[in-house]
Amino acid sequence: MLVALSMLVFVLLRLAPGDPIDAYINPNVAMSQAEMAALRARLGFDQPLPIQYLAWLRAAVTGDLGYSIQKNGVKVLPLVLERVGPTVLLMFLALVIAIVGGIAAGIISAVQRNSATDVGCSVAAFVGISSPPFLTAILGLYVFSVVLRWSPSGGMLTPGTPFSLSDLLSHLVLPACLLSIGHAALIMRYMRASLLEVLNQDYVRTARAKGVKELWVIIKHATRNALLPVVTLIGSSIGMAVGGAIFMESVFNWPGMGLLLVNAVDTRDYPVIMGATLIIGACVILVNILTDVAYALVDPRIRVA
Amino acid sequence: MKRRPILDVSDLKTVFRIGGRQVAAVQDLNLTVAPGETVALVGESGSGKSVTSLSIMGLLPRKVGKVVAGRILFRGKSGEERDLATMDSEALRSIRGNDVAMVFQEPMTSLNPVYTVGEQIAEPIRIHLGRSHKDAAESAVGLLAAVGIPDPGRRARQYPHELSGGMRQRVMIAMALACDPVLLIADEPTTALDVTIQAQILDLLRKLQEERGMGILFVTHNLGVVAEIAHRVAVMYAGRVVETGAVTDVFRHPRHPYTMGLMRSVPKLGEATMLKRQGIPLPTIAGSVPSLLALPDGCSFAPRCPYALDQCRAGVPALAETGGRHKSRCIRWEEI
Ligand SMILES: Nc1ncnc2c1ncn2[C@@H]1O[C@H](COP(=O)(O)OP(=O)(O)O)[C@@H](O)[C@H]1O
Ligand SMILES: [Mg+2]
Repeated sequence: MLVALSMLVFVLLRLAPGDPIDAYINPNVAMSQAEMAALRARLGFDQPLPIQYLAWLRAAVTGDLGYSIQKNGVKVLPLVLERVGPTVLLMFLALVIAIVGGIAAGIISAVQRNSATDVGCSVAAFVGISSPPFLTAILGLYVFSVVLRWSPSGGMLTPGTPFSLSDLLSHLVLPACLLSIGHAALIMRYMRASLLEVLNQDYVRTARAKGVKELWVIIKHATRNALLPVVTLIGSSIGMAVGGAIFMESVFNWPGMGLLLVNAVDTRDYPVIMGATLIIGACVILVNILTDVAYALVDPRIRVA
Repeated sequence: MKRRPILDVSDLKTVFRIGGRQVAAVQDLNLTVAPGETVALVGESGSGKSVTSLSIMGLLPRKVGKVVAGRILFRGKSGEERDLATMDSEALRSIRGNDVAMVFQEPMTSLNPVYTVGEQIAEPIRIHLGRSHKDAAESAVGLLAAVGIPDPGRRARQYPHELSGGMRQRVMIAMALACDPVLLIADEPTTALDVTIQAQILDLLRKLQEERGMGILFVTHNLGVVAEIAHRVAVMYAGRVVETGAVTDVFRHPRHPYTMGLMRSVPKLGEATMLKRQGIPLPTIAGSVPSLLALPDGCSFAPRCPYALDQCRAGVPALAETGGRHKSRCIRWEEI
C-alpha cells in the first residue's frame, strides 16, 4: 500500500512540468551548462526514473528520507515528525467534536422524527455536507476571527508568551470546529438513518416488552446496533479529514503536516513531499486498522472465536 | 373449576391510522384467561391476532395504533385488578416483563445481536426485581437450564448468532419467564420453527405452565397446534371473535362456518400425503380475508360463506350463546 502510494506520488511529481534541479539553483548566481550537468549527476537526477525511485525507496526503508532542499541540510524525517503532533491534535479534536455532535444530533433527530428539531438538524446537515472545506475555512476565519474577534487568526501559540494550555486551546478550537462540520453532518445523517432502521427491529420491541425504560431502549438496545455502520463511516472520515486538515492548516497557519506539505509543494521540495505523503499514508492505514478493531468491539458477530 | 380470570378483555377496539383514515383492526373483542389456563387465539393471517396481543401489552406502534374502546382488566402479582387500556405508560412499563410477558414469532430477529443471551435474560430481573448484576446473571443460567438448554453456563455467555432457531426461542421463553409472570402471551411462537422443534417447544410450554401455573394466551393460525396445547379457543376473523368455547366443544361441534372451513383445511395425519399423491389440492376457504379498508356490511365472512343469506349482510351478528360457554357469531349456528 505505502509502496504503491509513494510510487504514485513520485511519478506524478516528475510528470509535473519543470526541472527538479531548478529548486537547487540560486537564480542570482550564473551557472554553466556543465556545472548544471555535474549537479544533476551528483543528485542522481540523470538516472532513469525507476532507478531514482529504487534509490529513494532503499533509503526510506532504513528511515532515511533524505534532506530538505529548501531548508539546507535539514533531514526530512525529523522535519516531518515534528509536524505530526499538531496535525494529530487538530484532527483529533475535530473528530471528537464531529463524532459526539454528529451522533447526538442523529439520535435526537431519529427519536423525534419529523419534529422541528429533526428538520432543523437535517437542513443543517445538508448545508454542512455541501459546503466545501476551503469555503468554511475562509468564511469561518473571516466571521470568527476578523469580524467577531473571538479567536486568534492563526498559528498554534501566541509568539513571545510562555506556553499555556488555554492559549493553545484558543488557537485550536476554531479550526477544529470548522474542520469537524462536514464530518459531523455526515455522521449525523448516517446515525439518524441507521437508528430509524434499528428502531423498527424486532429486538427493540422485545426490549420494550421486557419493561426496559424508553431511554435505555434507545441508548442500550438501539444505539449500540445503530453505531455499527457509523463506525465504518468514522474510519473513512479520518482519511478524508486529512484533505480538510490541509486546507485548514494553510488558512490558519497551523504548523502541521498540511502546512508543511503545502509549502513543500509551493517550493518543489521533493524529498519533503515524498516524506510527508509517506507518513500521512502510514497514519491513515493505522487508523483503518484501529477502525476494524473498534468494529469488532461493537459487533460480536465478527469477533474471531 | 371457575377461577377469577387474570385477564378480562371486554369490547376492545383498536384502530390504526392508515393514510389519514382510521380503520379498526380489532373490535368488539371479548376474551378471558384464567390462571393456569391456555387460551388460543386462532385465525388466518391478518385477522388481528397480533394487534390484540400488542394492545394488551401496550406495545402498539405509537402514533399509528391505539386502543379506543373497551377495557383490559388485568390482575397481576399483587392481586389487584387494573385496566391496562387506561394505565399510564410508566405504570404499564413496570408491569411488562414482570407480571405479563410476551414471546414473539421470530426468534431469529427478536434477540439483540450485540448482547449475550445471559445478559438479555438477566435484564428484566434487574429492572423489575431490583437484583444485582451477579445475582441476575446466576438466575439467567438457572432459567436457561429450566427451558432445557444443555450446558447453560456456557450458553449464557454466547451471542444469539451462535444459537439455533429452536434454542433462541427457548431463550425468548426463558427471558419471558424471568420474573415469573402470571400471564404469558405467545404470538405464534412455533410458526418459524420446523415441526420437530415445534413439538418440543409446545411440550416445554406445557411443562412450564404445570410448574408455574401461569395463564397463557397462545396466538396461532394452526388449528393442529390449538388442539395440542389449548384449553379454550377464540377464533378471529377480520378483527372480531367469531366463535369461542372449550377446545373439545369447538372441535367436535363447530358453530361457525369460518371455523368449519378452517378445520376442513387442516389435513388429518397422513391425509395430506394421500391427497397429494392423488393430485387433489387441500381444501381451502374460497376467497381471501377482506381488507380493513373495505370491510363488507354485516357479517365480515358473508362474502366467503356458503351459508350466507341476505339477512347476514344486514348487520353484524351478535356473539350468541350456543350452550355451555360456547358462543358463535353466526345467525344460522343452529342449522349448520
Ligand atoms: N403497524 C400497522 N399499521 C397499520 N396497520 C396495521 C399495522 N399492524 C397491523 N395492521 C393491520 O391490522 C390487521 C391485523 O394484523 P395482525 O394483528 O398483525 O394480524 P395477525 O392475525 O396475522 O397477527 C392487518 O390487516 C393490518 O392491516
Ligand atoms: Mg401475527
